Amino acid sequence: MTKHKLWRFLFYFLITAAAIVFLIPVYLVLITSLKDPGAINLNSTWQLPKVWYWQSFAEAWDLLAPKFVNSLILTVSATLLSAFFGSMNGYILSKWRFPGANIIFPLMLFGMFIPYQSILIPLFKFLRDTGLYGGLPGLILVHVVYGLPITTLIFRNFYAEIPDDMLEAAKVDGASFFGIYSKIIFPLSISGFVVVIIWQFTQVWNEFLFAVVLTKNNSQPITVALAQLAGGEAVKWNLPMAGAILTALPTLLVYIVLGRYFIRGLLAGSIKG
Amino acid sequence: MKTFRVVILAAVLGLLALASAQSQLEIFSWWAGDEGPALQALLDRYNELHPDVNVINATVTGGSGVNARAVLKTRMLGGDPPDSFQVHAGQELIGTWVVADRMENLEDLYKEQGWLEKYPAGLLKLLSNDDGIWSVPVNIHRSNVMWYKPAKIEELGVVVPNSWDEFLAICPDLKAAGVTPLVVGENWTQQHLWESVALGVLGADDWANLWNGSLAFNSDKAQNVWDVFGQVMACTNDDASGLSWQQATDRVISGEAAFNIMGDWAAGYMTTTLELEPGSGFAWAASPGTDGIFLMLSDSFGLPKGVANREAAIDWLKLLGSAEGQDIFNPLKGSIAPHLDSDLSKYNAYLQSAAADWNSNVVAGSLIHGAAAKEAFQSQFGTILEIYLSSGSAQAAANAANAIAQQVGLGQ
Amino acid sequence: MIKKDRLTAILMLMPSVILLAIFVYGFIGQTVYTSLTNWGMDPSQALAINPKIKFVGFAMYKELFTGFIDIRFRQDLVNTFFFTIFFIAGCLVLGLGLAFLLDQNLKAEGLYRTIFLLPMSLSFIVTGTIWRWLLQPKGGINMLPSLIGLEPMQSRWLTTREQIWQFNWQDIPQFTGWLIVLVLLWISFSAFRNKNKSRALVAFISLLAIAAWSAFIAPKILILPYPETHGFNIAFVGIIMAAIWQMSGYTMALYLAGLRGIPQALREAASVDGANEWQIYRHVVLPLLKPISLSAMIILGHISLKIFDLIFAMTGADNSTTDVPALLMYLTTFRANQFSKGAAIAVILLIMVAFVIIPYLWTSLRSEVER
Repeated sequence: MTKHKLWRFLFYFLITAAAIVFLIPVYLVLITSLKDPGAINLNSTWQLPKVWYWQSFAEAWDLLAPKFVNSLILTVSATLLSAFFGSMNGYILSKWRFPGANIIFPLMLFGMFIPYQSILIPLFKFLRDTGLYGGLPGLILVHVVYGLPITTLIFRNFYAEIPDDMLEAAKVDGASFFGIYSKIIFPLSISGFVVVIIWQFTQVWNEFLFAVVLTKNNSQPITVALAQLAGGEAVKWNLPMAGAILTALPTLLVYIVLGRYFIRGLLAGSIKG
Repeated sequence: MKTFRVVILAAVLGLLALASAQSQLEIFSWWAGDEGPALQALLDRYNELHPDVNVINATVTGGSGVNARAVLKTRMLGGDPPDSFQVHAGQELIGTWVVADRMENLEDLYKEQGWLEKYPAGLLKLLSNDDGIWSVPVNIHRSNVMWYKPAKIEELGVVVPNSWDEFLAICPDLKAAGVTPLVVGENWTQQHLWESVALGVLGADDWANLWNGSLAFNSDKAQNVWDVFGQVMACTNDDASGLSWQQATDRVISGEAAFNIMGDWAAGYMTTTLELEPGSGFAWAASPGTDGIFLMLSDSFGLPKGVANREAAIDWLKLLGSAEGQDIFNPLKGSIAPHLDSDLSKYNAYLQSAAADWNSNVVAGSLIHGAAAKEAFQSQFGTILEIYLSSGSAQAAANAANAIAQQVGLGQ
Repeated sequence: MIKKDRLTAILMLMPSVILLAIFVYGFIGQTVYTSLTNWGMDPSQALAINPKIKFVGFAMYKELFTGFIDIRFRQDLVNTFFFTIFFIAGCLVLGLGLAFLLDQNLKAEGLYRTIFLLPMSLSFIVTGTIWRWLLQPKGGINMLPSLIGLEPMQSRWLTTREQIWQFNWQDIPQFTGWLIVLVLLWISFSAFRNKNKSRALVAFISLLAIAAWSAFIAPKILILPYPETHGFNIAFVGIIMAAIWQMSGYTMALYLAGLRGIPQALREAASVDGANEWQIYRHVVLPLLKPISLSAMIILGHISLKIFDLIFAMTGADNSTTDVPALLMYLTTFRANQFSKGAAIAVILLIMVAFVIIPYLWTSLRSEVER
């Protein structure tokens, strides 16, 4: 038994050490963002600020607020649209089997793995020719389309667990395609929607490549603004750190409040879920 | 069917974001941070003159426009040009945008405003090709300036070098004294150093010959530049790529480094942001071997074809091309005004000396800042530098430069 | 009635299918086409509204792999290679370790899990910004030893130009040859063990042939006219650290799900057979986690091939010692205006990702059908 206790102690020690290492960057970001820029220097890097300096957050917020709103519009629209279409597709692919579905599905899935550089130039031309370049609607469209594979996948796996008998019974009662969806499938898929929405929300909010290439100044999402803030010149680190916290806040909140669903989305991304 | 309602709401929100365009003026530049106030002062003046126009200051950070040029390209290609954008006068504009037929000819504007007599002929030549004049210059900067702190140089007991040989001779002593002989920053500042080295080694004539194609990059003369550059780089700091140019300047002021070669926007940074007195807080000399040569660059603004607010953009060009506009902008930016009616009494000691040099020196065009070579060459110069830094072979670098020069048709 | 519904189903699926057909396959086709032209190589045509472009075949690809001035692309491939290996290895080891610890019925397990997964919810841009600061020459990590009274570290992290494990690009044909020899050796050996003598023999003969080719002919193939060294850039260490910090929680979650999925009965049976705790892990649990490791390797592998934003935020796009093809594509296309070359880089990137992903999609969907 003492040996067992020794092991337990070792486990606790290791995991606590790991947790501390993981939290070190978080700690540094927090204290740096709360320091007077004049007080950020070598010898006190690790110390708590002597005076709590909230000014950086106000400044960062002034700079980032319009982009924060852009990101919010973009993320909410793209998430809801791709969740809706994903659920439709998942419903069709799992419950209305038709010839060729087994070919179409993997072809759709491949879309979530491609490096987006490989479609960037034509995508850019397409948006230009359709007049969607530079604004949020174009970016929303892009995120919806490239979000379809993963949302379809998650919903398809989710609906595979709803027994076909339920649907057959409804069909016998005369329910139509949409009837079945709105009376059976949709009510049963609330937690599926939560998983998908959280997943898409994090993905779209955090995305950078499309954001930097396809938007102009006043429709930039927040990630582009943060990269600019931090990549600028003569960096005083309090401001980028405050900006990083503001940028991270929405996804962080979602993660902390709904972590269980977040992990499910994470696992679903590896196909078999 | 709640989802449907939410979806529609989201779509409406998205459309709303699109529908906000009336009388406005979007100015695209890379003047952020310390360089921001000068632009802001000019924009404020614009707003006084045209209070009904909503001015959008679209800046993309990154020294010498490294990031801005990529963003600008997506904007222009996307058929959404900003109303007016900052561009280095010379080949960066002509070799990239004018040849692609994306700019409006400003010759009529120049005639209407009487600018043809109000700008130095050499500068006008840089802004023009056979078909017209393509942008309005707002300032003149000098690239080949070496900065130091007089007190530190005195303490070290060295003389400010007049040639690269002299510099290389004092380099070991400076190292022994525990200071970085020459501080450089991220990639483009190393390219910036290269052009001062090349100008010092080649002289003004051969420098010009490189760009008109009569001196080959793989000639012995041109290859020698890389050898000297390598020796100079051996006297620099080893954490260069992490430093912005301001942070490199800071090292000179703090005494960690003896010298720094940077364009004279550094004077603006030191006087305005660091609040130092020109001459005592910091001092300058032409970079080694380039005394009497003014390696110039000029920021200018052009008018893209098909902009949304053409009238407002032309008003903007009129303001920044006028002596009044330039005397608002330049003292803050730390540059001199190209306009011949500029009032020198508004400028500080450094700028007055630069203006005197501008009038008396031989003028050469900067490579890195867009005056000398097409952007297609300029944007690949970083690759050449990288080949040199990773291989350490002057020959490899010279060959690469020659290959790129031929590929882009340099000097044609 | 049902027939009509089936039609509705197909109609409802169509928008997604058509959109993906255009946005994925149509656009990939266009990119491939662009990569076979010279769009952007002539500066006067690069940015014209209606550029004149010419079909040039595989010229761009040839330049990238053997061209004099595209040395940066080749180093980028090497960078990606090393980055991928260390990133995957780091995430797997750390993820498995953490999952193992969390599997020990510790108190506050949920709290620990939340901490380890926290970075996963962040944008690579946020992570990059944070680590850029941590790894400054005078930043957080270098000052860490001063907490316990030691001298601060002087490491250059992201700005060092140091390179180790250097090799000559001209040796690539030989390396490839010897790699194939190793694979054939393994095939031949396992065929021999399975008593499949003819297969073993065929594999062995081809092995000899390729070995002879690698030893005698390959060194004479000059893919470059001059030697060109590449190697592992030390500056990547910092980037690998940041990437592992962000993604190891993900492998932990995968492994943890795998561990929880192993029936308790299986472990108990082993323990009844006299296996101790360690042996159970070694012989029962680990083999069952193999498919998870494979999934994780593939997901992480395709992320690491595509990595762009993290490096953009950590060192900027210009720091060539920490460059990768995904970044170079952006610079080549949108800064140097060389659209065709940018497209060629993108296609090469796509091929690398497809190499990893297609077999994976194939096997996992096939096994699903069998199930």
